Amino acid sequence: MNNLSLLMDGFATILTWNHLLIMVIGVMLGMLVGVLPGLGAPNGVSLLLPLTFTMDPVSAIILLSCMYWGALFGGSTTSILFNIPGEPSSVATTFDGYPMARNGEATRALTLAFMSAGLGALAGVVMITLLASSVAQFGLRFSSPEYFAVYFLAFCSFIGMSSSAPSKTLVSMMLGLAFATVGMDSVSGGLRLTFGIPDLVKGISFLVAVMGLFGIAELMVTTEEGLSFNGIKSRIRVRDILRTMAELPRYWASLIRSILIGIWMGITPAGPTAASFMSHGIAKRFSRHPERFGKGEPNGIVSPEAADHSAGTSALLPMLALGVPGSATAAVMMGGLMIWGLTPGPMLFITRPDFVWGLVASMYLGNVVAVILVLSTVPLYASILRVPFAIIGPVIVAVIFTGVYQVANSTFDFWLLLFFALLGYLFKKLDYPVAPLVLTMVLGHRAEEAFRQSMVMSDGSLTVFWSNSLVTTIMGLGVLMLVWPLFSRMLGLRGWRRRLHRQKPQASKPATPDSRP
Amino acid sequence: MYKRNPLSAHQLKPLALFFAALTVSGSALAWQPERPVEFVVTSGAGGGTDTFARTVQSIIGKHKLMDESIIVSNKGGGSGAEGYVYSASSKDDPYKLTFGTNNEYLLPEVGEMPYAAEDLQPVAAMAMDEFLIWVNGDADYASAKDFIDAAKQNPGKMQFAGSQSKDTDQTLVSMIEEATGADFRYVPFNGGSQALVQLAGGHVDANVNNPNENLGQWQAGMVKPLCVFSPEQLPKGEPVYEDKGWGDIPTCISQGIDISEYRMPRTVWLPADAPQEAVTYYQELLRKVSETPEWKDYTTRTVQTSQFLTGDELEQYIDDNAETVRKVFEQEGWNAS
Repeated sequence: MNNLSLLMDGFATILTWNHLLIMVIGVMLGMLVGVLPGLGAPNGVSLLLPLTFTMDPVSAIILLSCMYWGALFGGSTTSILFNIPGEPSSVATTFDGYPMARNGEATRALTLAFMSAGLGALAGVVMITLLASSVAQFGLRFSSPEYFAVYFLAFCSFIGMSSSAPSKTLVSMMLGLAFATVGMDSVSGGLRLTFGIPDLVKGISFLVAVMGLFGIAELMVTTEEGLSFNGIKSRIRVRDILRTMAELPRYWASLIRSILIGIWMGITPAGPTAASFMSHGIAKRFSRHPERFGKGEPNGIVSPEAADHSAGTSALLPMLALGVPGSATAAVMMGGLMIWGLTPGPMLFITRPDFVWGLVASMYLGNVVAVILVLSTVPLYASILRVPFAIIGPVIVAVIFTGVYQVANSTFDFWLLLFFALLGYLFKKLDYPVAPLVLTMVLGHRAEEAFRQSMVMSDGSLTVFWSNSLVTTIMGLGVLMLVWPLFSRMLGLRGWRRRLHRQKPQASKPATPDSRP
Repeated sequence: MYKRNPLSAHQLKPLALFFAALTVSGSALAWQPERPVEFVVTSGAGGGTDTFARTVQSIIGKHKLMDESIIVSNKGGGSGAEGYVYSASSKDDPYKLTFGTNNEYLLPEVGEMPYAAEDLQPVAAMAMDEFLIWVNGDADYASAKDFIDAAKQNPGKMQFAGSQSKDTDQTLVSMIEEATGADFRYVPFNGGSQALVQLAGGHVDANVNNPNENLGQWQAGMVKPLCVFSPEQLPKGEPVYEDKGWGDIPTCISQGIDISEYRMPRTVWLPADAPQEAVTYYQELLRKVSETPEWKDYTTRTVQTSQFLTGDELEQYIDDNAETVRKVFEQEGWNAS
């Protein structure tokens, strides 16, 4: 295997104390950036970019990529502990991670998330090592119709996900699409739904919306319920971490499925956010106990995390093999490449093998370093939940407002934040699901763009979505996901009913874990 | 004992005026930044404008051309409108140096923007980016002539991918249509790199990317250039793919496409009411940047023409450029009413 010997050369390049130190620094900075809401991996990496101007390209890329891994891990931490996703791609982790932490199992939730994330990332790197060039060529087969099909599939695998009434889910999705429409329409070049407010030209930042809908709204509900986090009971023992690690093989099916989804979405490149949502939706769909999702189901943590990180890692493949960025962070790194004097593109493998394989080797090592470092922070983070809510609550509010300001240095975003906080609170009170809104808000814009590009290409004919085997397969899968609930009900109506009756008493029990005595 | 202050307000006034006069005259002599300068980048991270701004930043840092530090903030929302609105709303702030292209004055032409082109004043143009016609590496066209002939035989069928809508790329495609009589279909994508992937994957027939956007893929033979929109051929350089280099690409005008020049300036702006001393300071600073070997290296590597314009020259250039593009906008009916 030629690739393997090149990889060994890569390891030889990076295995110096200097580079290991850079890795640790990169991961720790990344974790900090990931934990602070609003900063995010792309911003963190571009903040660090000026520091790398004087470094050699190999050290520079190690620093930046390790920061990326750290940020991906850090983003999950706040999702689980406070229901505030640090990164768009860790929104899906809140669905089960936060309930599990509230049930007093913060250590377990964090460990599950970090371990599956680490495994996902490693799987992504192995794929890059073995299949780099052939997989990259596959990515080239994707055009706008295929992109739309992928988003369509992501929406469909998520529909029926919430336990609320279908009409409420629909309302939530439509609102999300409307928010995604605000700003400039890249197909016509015109402004939409800005109401003459200059601050809306850039569109509504997803991070601002999420911090309001999840973070502040959650704090409002907690305050109403009497200023208490159930996490206070949680005890932190190193043994819990080890026990959770031993429990991980039980979720092998979810892990493998999520890793495949993640790798696929990273290459195409639909990105880690779509991957994590889709993975969570499909895990629920195929689960024997879908009713446990949203209440702290381990599979609901493992799936989005593994998919998120395998997608995040795979997203670097199009950058290396084709010279096109697979994610926002990869775009920043490519900008860095040019400033260091390298030309990103397919020839990078040939002209600078030391750089490419040094980077790949650093992905292996960097992720191991990251997992060890984040696991060692679990007791620290989990103990934050033992701080009384009256103290931690205001701190979270301050952190959120700072984070919102960091997104675009705009005070207008504070008002948006409050608007979304109220909306999130209303949604909770009226039992509307928030997740569909978030999903359509983050993917709606790109789905619309892909759809309209397809329409321009096909001169307005919908048959473009069934024009070749690839797009037909993806659309077919999407339709299948859409009708699956109906289908399975028609086929096994009696069995379904019987199961429903059997589960009813169980399902109603954890529904009110928050009611105080 | 004094009950009142040792110095009465009456006595203080001339003293205060004196110090005020001192600071005013001091700043009139030479304006110097006294706190970090923000580089507002009107594109997302990794875009052409972003590389431009960060290269300037790295050169200033390396040669210590400025004492204060630099903060780069990417505001690429709304095709860059986010960044222009951001600096336009800060009226006279000399600490917001904005990096862009000719979209500063093109965006308000086509859309109802919450800023006017006059809300910002040009500081300098530092380089000109070239445009080329690119086709897939496996395409049969041996020359731009072949390509145009093929397009004429299939009116409305051949597709051009480009970055954004009603921006530089689509304007150029309309100009090609006007010059040749061919009829293309323009598909807007979100940035040059997506337009490139679509071309490399064979989903569209051509794009008009800048040299740097397609360099890596030309090296691999995935795409190939047909002609360049400049009056003369580009300077000779090292071969890129199969003995052909940038200098071997024919000009489009020699291929029968009557557009002698189409370029995009890399521009730097300040809010309209920023003090003149600050403008002069940044002009000097950027001039020094443009004279470094690193700048030469950047323009060579990205195949741009280094051209430093300020003052009247720059105003003239902007007027001419806006005039050319405005004609296309009127023809196509893209103007914002």
